[in-house]
Amino acid sequence: MNERLRYHLRAHRGAYGAVIMFIVIFALYIAKHTMGWTVPVLTTATNKGVLLAIVAMAQTLPVLTSGIDLSVGMVFVLANCLASHLVVGTPLQATLGVVVVLAVGALCGLVNGLIIVVGRLQPIITTLATGTVYFGLALGLRPVPGGDVQSDLADALTGAQLGGVPSMLLVLVAVVLAVWVPYRRSTIGRAALAIGSAEAAAYMSGVPIGRAKIVTYTLAGLLAAIGGLLLTFVTYSGEASSAIGGTYTLNSIAAVVIGGTSLAGGAGSAIGSVFGALVLRTIGDLLFVFDLEPLWQPLFQGVILLVAVSLGALQLLKVSNRLELFK
Amino acid sequence: MLAAAAPNAAAACSFCDPSVQPILELIDVSKRYGGVRALEHARFACASGRIHALLGENGAGKSTLIKIMAGVVQPDEGRIVLQGQERRFLHPQDAVNAGIACIFQELSLMPDLSVADNICITNPPRRFGLIDQRAQRRIAEAALARAGAEGIHPLAPVGSLSLSRRQMVEIAKALAREPKILILDEATSALTAADVQRVFALLKRLRNEGLAIVYISHRMHEIAELADDCSVFRNGQHVATFEAGTRSDAETVQMMIGREISHAFPPKTPAMDQAPAATSAAAAPPRLEVRALSWNDRLHDISLSAREGEVVGIGGLDGQGQREFFFALFGVLRGVSGEIRVDGQAVKPASPRAAKRAGSGIALVPEDRKTDGLMLPMAVRENLSLAALDALCRGGVIDRARESQAADRVVKQLSIKAPDLDDAVGTLSGGNQQKVVIAKWLLNAPRIILLSDPTRGIDVGTKQEMYALLRQLAAAGTTVLLYSTDYAELIGCCDRVAVFFDGRIVRWLQGDQLTEHALVSSALNIEVAA
Repeated sequence: MNERLRYHLRAHRGAYGAVIMFIVIFALYIAKHTMGWTVPVLTTATNKGVLLAIVAMAQTLPVLTSGIDLSVGMVFVLANCLASHLVVGTPLQATLGVVVVLAVGALCGLVNGLIIVVGRLQPIITTLATGTVYFGLALGLRPVPGGDVQSDLADALTGAQLGGVPSMLLVLVAVVLAVWVPYRRSTIGRAALAIGSAEAAAYMSGVPIGRAKIVTYTLAGLLAAIGGLLLTFVTYSGEASSAIGGTYTLNSIAAVVIGGTSLAGGAGSAIGSVFGALVLRTIGDLLFVFDLEPLWQPLFQGVILLVAVSLGALQLLKVSNRLELFK
Repeated sequence: MLAAAAPNAAAACSFCDPSVQPILELIDVSKRYGGVRALEHARFACASGRIHALLGENGAGKSTLIKIMAGVVQPDEGRIVLQGQERRFLHPQDAVNAGIACIFQELSLMPDLSVADNICITNPPRRFGLIDQRAQRRIAEAALARAGAEGIHPLAPVGSLSLSRRQMVEIAKALAREPKILILDEATSALTAADVQRVFALLKRLRNEGLAIVYISHRMHEIAELADDCSVFRNGQHVATFEAGTRSDAETVQMMIGREISHAFPPKTPAMDQAPAATSAAAAPPRLEVRALSWNDRLHDISLSAREGEVVGIGGLDGQGQREFFFALFGVLRGVSGEIRVDGQAVKPASPRAAKRAGSGIALVPEDRKTDGLMLPMAVRENLSLAALDALCRGGVIDRARESQAADRVVKQLSIKAPDLDDAVGTLSGGNQQKVVIAKWLLNAPRIILLSDPTRGIDVGTKQEMYALLRQLAAAGTTVLLYSTDYAELIGCCDRVAVFFDGRIVRWLQGDQLTEHALVSSALNIEVAA
């Protein structure tokens, strides 16, 4: 049992590092905040953090296969624009709209996966291109910001539940339980990790490589769409902004790395990425409560990212065949 | 002397005991890679309850044969018959499903995953569609116990294990698939002595349980201990199959060689064949002197000295530390102990960049020219000047005129056939590509040039040119270290040959001792009366 714990900690040290980092920064934030540990403060913080957390989860899946998805931010924006048209009206209509938005997100991911597996293109350029296409669609749906969203649903999801627990937090937990946990424990998720760890060895072991990649990118699209849907509930509107899309894509990569997932693939977890995202978000708020100029925010985020990445690179100091540094 | 064919080599092609029904049979399989013939109408059969050893030199076709059995490559022609039924394996998975488990030389493990994950990767136990971690751990524990490796924790990440332990995991992974046929390709080469004994006991037990085991090893004493049957391959063809113990080691080695040395080699410099005479040359320090070089557990106490204008061969089976030895000299490895002297000066190159500098003047022509030797999409001219750019630039700006001049010079010297030096080097033929890699270093005027299997995969004509070039370089005073998997080449080109085994130099051969027979038997680290 003891040994089991040791291996568990070893495998997830990156994720636990992000958890600790988050607790420290968040505690500091709450301590400095004039209103402290109160329901409105927690709800606002959660609503901001969960959006990036879910997009970071989306990014984690392709990264585990040593791929990348540069289109997550654009799927996020596309889902937002689509939801501002469809998630309206009666509860039944709105629910139907939610289903369509999520299906479109999954479809975007499926297209990415098919191009990468069947077309054998590199993930980075495939998703850069498809991301631009998805943004074009979003722009077609919402040439100017606007639209609406079913307000009962929005209020329920962005408010707080009994006992002051922010609803968004429950949504996040539900998404982790419904998507990440089954994925991680399925043969597909296992295959994805195997691909990221050593693709040739995975092939030689008879692992279904193509199927695993397609499912991985599809789920990434689905998760990004969940994020976009939630954005609509927060803003009550849709906006086709390439700045938002780009920022979410880049921050999702940063969150994945802070969360202890290696960009080389094979090791890491979406839960680490969730905390990585929360760390990134809280840093901004921290500067606010310390009365620092918001100008400093990118600089601090960058420093945190560098520190997190350096910790991960420490083991390279042990490599004794320098050729292995380039593999 | 050795060229005379052994009588039994050609005659005996009978499969062992006709009454034993083979479980797996390969009939007349052929395989070509591009223009290279890897297997030519080869036959092979193995039976349940027997350990069948595959023997042959480097490039004899053993690896291709087992890759065909494992579904990794498909034969161009021929049939695979499993238990009386003809089968086609299009993917490794097909062979696994048919009950064939293969343990390859290159490990097929995923380093980031745990031991249990790796063992169950092909078909993990499931509950409600999800992987059942507990059941998986039980399976892994059982498989590890069966392999005699109970000491390995199933939750340990494979990347944290030593090479020997990883190999044991690999064996456990194969066993967890409940195979009928188990193929081991050099499975013991990375094992510690204790693990080798465990594996041997295991293999004997599995044989008695009725498995068919195909075993490839270059260690003759292992084969003597384990094998029931032996099959010898040479140049992609089946030479003989016989019951173990019915042929002597000398006869077996003869079957493995069996051919005449057909290449024409330029004459060696006569004086270099002998120990240095008491002339002025002997008084000067040797060009390269290596003392007690060691690195990790791959190189042990290597000492060697080479004079100006000498061609020293590095022999032995593939993967005995020859490559690492070159890497150590060239500054690629970290943590190398021992001493390296060039012209009497101690050097300790910290990188290839340091190694090529004037102080040491070492050049390395790596064996994988496509990944380590060339920038395939870049122009021929750019590839040629790459190592000598420091000398071809002015204030950090490349002097295009001098670059072209230098490139033209070596293109002429090596008669590289390139329509235009601005074409991508990837458009050239293999032989010309290899010439570019060598020419690149000649522009740097190295004092010592390390060649790692420079004629692999190139045509006979270009090979002849390479041999002549080697001699030219030596005559001009360059010291050449040539690692080659082709024994004929070592004999024809080298003044002396150091035979590597397990990271050590086990034997020096020169003059009349430098024969194929001596090379093969010392590479196998056995004593065979010549």
